[in-house]
Amino acid sequence: MVERTHLKNYLRETHIFTSRVLVALVCVSALLGLLVVRLVYLQIISHEHFSTLSEKNRVNIVPVPPTRGLIYDRNGVLMAQNVPSFSLEIIPEQTDDVDATLADLGKLITLSDDDLENFRNLLQEKRAFESIPLRFRLSEEEVARFSVNRYRFPGVEIQARLSRDYPFAKVASHALGFVGRINETEMNELDPTNYNGTTHVGKIGVEKSYENVLHGTVGYQHEESNARGRVLRVLQRIAPTPGQNVYLTIDMNLQMVAESALEGKRGAVVALNPKTGEVLTLASLPGADPNIFINGISTQQYQTLQDDPNQPLFNRVLSGQYPPGSTIKPLLALAGLEYKAVTPATQVFCQGWYALPGDAHRYRDWKKEGHGSTNVTSAIVHSCDVYFYQLARDLGIDRMYKYLSYFGLGKKTGIDLPGELSGLLPSREWKRAARQEAWFPGETLITGIGQGYLLTTPLQMAEASAILANRGTIIQPRILHALQRNGGTEIVVPTPAPQGKVPISDPSNWNAVISAMEDVVNTQGGTAYGIGRGATYRIAGKTGTAQVFGIKQNEKYKAQEVEERMRDHALFIAFAPANDPEIAVVVVVENGGHGGSAAAPIARAVMDRYFSSKPVL
Amino acid sequence: MAIDLQQPRWYERRHHSPLIRGLHIDVPLMVGLLLLSAVGLVVLYSAGGQSTDVLARQAIRMAAGFAAMLVLAQMPPQQFARWTPWVYGIGMFLLAAVLVMGEIGKGAQRWLDFGVLRFQPSEIMKVAVPMMVAWYLAENPLPPRRRALAVASIMIVVPTLMIARQPDLGTALLLASSGLFVLLFSGVSWRLVATVVGAMGAIAPVVWHFLRDYQRQRVFTLLHPENDPLGAGYHIIQSKIAIGSGGLFGKGWLNGSQAHLDFLPEHSTDFIFAVLAEEFGLIGVLIVLALYFFVVARGLYIATQAQSSFNRLVAGSLTLTFFVYIFVNIGMVTGLLPVVGLPLPMISYGGTSLVTMMAAFGILMSIHTHRKLLST
Repeated sequence: MVERTHLKNYLRETHIFTSRVLVALVCVSALLGLLVVRLVYLQIISHEHFSTLSEKNRVNIVPVPPTRGLIYDRNGVLMAQNVPSFSLEIIPEQTDDVDATLADLGKLITLSDDDLENFRNLLQEKRAFESIPLRFRLSEEEVARFSVNRYRFPGVEIQARLSRDYPFAKVASHALGFVGRINETEMNELDPTNYNGTTHVGKIGVEKSYENVLHGTVGYQHEESNARGRVLRVLQRIAPTPGQNVYLTIDMNLQMVAESALEGKRGAVVALNPKTGEVLTLASLPGADPNIFINGISTQQYQTLQDDPNQPLFNRVLSGQYPPGSTIKPLLALAGLEYKAVTPATQVFCQGWYALPGDAHRYRDWKKEGHGSTNVTSAIVHSCDVYFYQLARDLGIDRMYKYLSYFGLGKKTGIDLPGELSGLLPSREWKRAARQEAWFPGETLITGIGQGYLLTTPLQMAEASAILANRGTIIQPRILHALQRNGGTEIVVPTPAPQGKVPISDPSNWNAVISAMEDVVNTQGGTAYGIGRGATYRIAGKTGTAQVFGIKQNEKYKAQEVEERMRDHALFIAFAPANDPEIAVVVVVENGGHGGSAAAPIARAVMDRYFSSKPVL
Repeated sequence: MAIDLQQPRWYERRHHSPLIRGLHIDVPLMVGLLLLSAVGLVVLYSAGGQSTDVLARQAIRMAAGFAAMLVLAQMPPQQFARWTPWVYGIGMFLLAAVLVMGEIGKGAQRWLDFGVLRFQPSEIMKVAVPMMVAWYLAENPLPPRRRALAVASIMIVVPTLMIARQPDLGTALLLASSGLFVLLFSGVSWRLVATVVGAMGAIAPVVWHFLRDYQRQRVFTLLHPENDPLGAGYHIIQSKIAIGSGGLFGKGWLNGSQAHLDFLPEHSTDFIFAVLAEEFGLIGVLIVLALYFFVVARGLYIATQAQSSFNRLVAGSLTLTFFVYIFVNIGMVTGLLPVVGLPLPMISYGGTSLVTMMAAFGILMSIHTHRKLLST
């Protein structure tokens, strides 16, 4: 207690305090003096100037919101547009009694509880002299009914606004996203000036990720008005800058083919241009018509969509995390060749199961009777699990982790869309951190057939397939094709930054794996044999089947007996033409069963559509 | 004797009825506040569109404020000192609760809007922060040592940042200044003050570098409201027209066209000073400023007469905080300062800060009327 030994020096403290109070008094006087000087300046020196302004003050400054940019597909097909619609808006300051006004309006025009709640939220956020929307998309009858009664409602106006519209409804809805009314949280994040007069903002999808481009810049006009705020004429107008038009890399033709092929199922289709990373198709089914979200759907409607077991609001392409199953095998074969865990000549005998030394557990092959003697090609063509158990064991989890990382697994692809998940590429470090457990050898084996902890999104698999198709050139998926500025006079096409290459010591390894993938589709006995038939181009592919639930030892999996939701997910990755790929496709059909029968035909349909629009050579 | 024992003033002891002494009322302060309230109601009647409803609601709030002031005036200041750490602690807890609730999600955001709960924590802190710093510093000899200063700074900075995150920049500014006033009154050396101000000046460009574009834009708008005729600039342009057109004598009560034609936004709340200036001119404005000066001067006088370090630090800081309200509000309405949402004390419509302010005056009165008068 050293400090306590210092005695309080009352006299000194009083002296200091009094002098500080004097300083404070001087400062207060000086600041008040400053205010007086300012007031003298305003009220005496500039009095005449402000008097004149005050006399003339019949002019209001009113924001003019910009027109939102349009969204097109890569060929100029209109995907999102603006249609004129009438909305009912209230300026609280000019309304005598907001509650009574709302009650009276309710008798003329249907106002839902959600309309009223939204309005009240905005009423608290906005300033009293700003116009607050109450109802959107009035019918012509409602407009007429209000117009006749307008004299009863000072401060209430019908506004002709542009409303967002998605002509294709459900198609590509997960890529496009939608706009909705600005909520309280967004209000705090948006620039209040630029969004003055704007009622909607992108909530998800492209509408959200390119919000700053699509929105444009607010304009304003000086309006002469009478004392009640009725506009008499517009004096001066600073036009808003409309939002830029956005061209997506999506090809609506392919998109529609993909969605109709997947119709009635749950799943995802992604098609990329492997050379550029452009997303040609991004389909997640089921979807929901985005038009219903624009002006706020009822809580009940929203709940119904939320509770739908088919999850129509869930973007499976970006956020669906599935075990890749056997579709991971080409990448692991490559890793095996790269790290010399196997050579093209390595033979593994498949007797239908595999066991670790000193462990009775049988890691089973999907084919109970086994594939016999297999090498890297036949193991891919027939999707032999035992070969890859052996390969995984020889590689070890660390090298598997390292090599799969090059293909973008375990991290977000960085596509220009919100809501992407990163999947899970397991490693020793991950397991120690997440589960506080050591990595077990058996887990290496099941990772080798794309099961276990390993999770990938369809978009990640598409990126990995594209990198494989490119023979190692890494790309980043993107959905922005071009921006169109200044009414179409200026078109900006972003150039993707080069992403590097997957390291490989012997380039012929690419050919070994890719030719095996060609055989999957084109040779008898290949797991997707049949879907290559009749194609004018050469497809390379790999099927996959992801287990939804585990099968006990000594039990046999019978698809018919298992409840639909418990059935395996069907997967297929493919690219074509095999020698110089232009398109890479990934298909996931939830609970679809076998990749070869459920998923592969959808990929074929998409590729057929893609190549049919090309001139046949 | 160097201690200047004040002779009792005419208004302090001799001529007052036992009732006023018994109620612990400081008459000059009371008169000043009553006059300001009266002016406030007169201006508000005009600004509020001559609505008796608005007037009645404000009068009720004022009554509540005066009641709070009188209740606090009855308690001896030692009582406040004892309560200070607890009030500060509870205030911090509530602030944290508000922040946590606010971040949890949409549902919680509404919870904050329920009635008084949204404002309470930060209102409590407006009084609790200076009292806490004063309580902490008064334990030891003044001027405080460096370590005590560091602790006191943390007591100020933490709640300030929490409130700034809500986000309520106006209140955060008040909180920070009320705490800093205590430090200044405690006798922190001017050299240290200069060093800190210098350091802040040096940090500013670094902070600027880390701001995002839209945040910078907001700062620009604050500095040049004319470039933003739709947002903050609109307020300033209209308010300057209102004040300037008032001239020396004003347009007369109920005759201010700016407010009555709805050109001046928020004319009953933050911008009510413009209505005062428009209708009563420079003369009216000077009278109100004189009243404010009188109240501030009386507060500082009470601080010099206080008999413990805690009391004088609290009285000085609360008084200067009251002045910050006045200066920031009028500075903003006249276009000297950026638009920060602070009301004009005793005159603006609205009750959240009124009651807190009156409570602060109650504390001042308690400090002054509970002095032990040393007999000469």
